[in-house]
Amino acid sequence: MQTNYQTLPQTGELAQVRNKVLKNTYALLAMTLLFSALTAGVSIVINPPYFTGLVTSILAMLLIWIVLPRTANSATGLAVVFGVTGLLGFGLGPVLNSFLNTANGSHIIMTALGGTGLIFLALSAYALTTKRDFSFMGGMLMVGMIVVVIAAIANIFLAMPALSLTISAVVILLMSGFILYDTGRIVNGGETNYILATVSLYLSLYNIFVSLLQLLGIFGNDD
Amino acid sequence: MESETWLKIGWALALGAMLIFLLPRASYMLKNSPRAGKGDWGAVLIPLTLVMLVVVLLIVAV
Repeated sequence: MQTNYQTLPQTGELAQVRNKVLKNTYALLAMTLLFSALTAGVSIVINPPYFTGLVTSILAMLLIWIVLPRTANSATGLAVVFGVTGLLGFGLGPVLNSFLNTANGSHIIMTALGGTGLIFLALSAYALTTKRDFSFMGGMLMVGMIVVVIAAIANIFLAMPALSLTISAVVILLMSGFILYDTGRIVNGGETNYILATVSLYLSLYNIFVSLLQLLGIFGNDD
Repeated sequence: MESETWLKIGWALALGAMLIFLLPRASYMLKNSPRAGKGDWGAVLIPLTLVMLVVVLLIVAV
């Protein structure tokens, strides 16, 4: 009996922790998305050179790989998350400007933005309602990422439009899988750090948006 | 060399570095991920098919 009385509050506490992680993750994700949109807006106005995307991506990767693991459990981690998302948003400026210079560029950007939001909301709602554990996908998703990165490196020099389309489509599928995987991890208590959870979800959203932009740009541009 | 070539080399190096970071993680996750249970893949394939459908609809709409 005593064990039962002790177990019940523990289960409740666990549920409370999960709800708190979920709430904090979505709040931070919303703030970082707004910040990212702000830096992208600044970048559109400034119109920096095209290599800005490369520089900001490298800086963001260094922050994610080196600084974030050391600061994820402290308040500094929050600044790092805003640093990462701000840099990635700023790096989008030249790409967005190239779209805005075409006839239906703004329509393509808004469609990609809406599509990304729709995919994220639908997948998150699905993972939250089913409460299923998607951790079995982890290995497959990582192998998929490696294959995509190798194909992307090859396509930098091959410049094959068909391969570019395939990479974008596969990235959207992989990142959708990561949204299910990450949300499932939060729901099932596998991820208790909301800073790390936010960065994972942000990267999935960012990659879906960029890939969708590329797909819509190829199919939808009349220029 | 042209600036475009340098940009390509830069992206290739950045993605190569990403590969070095991903490889040990992938190996760890492949070894430690739980096996899929009955109906697990179905629960993933249905939403992913719907995502592809949404993407196709967006392409048609643009």
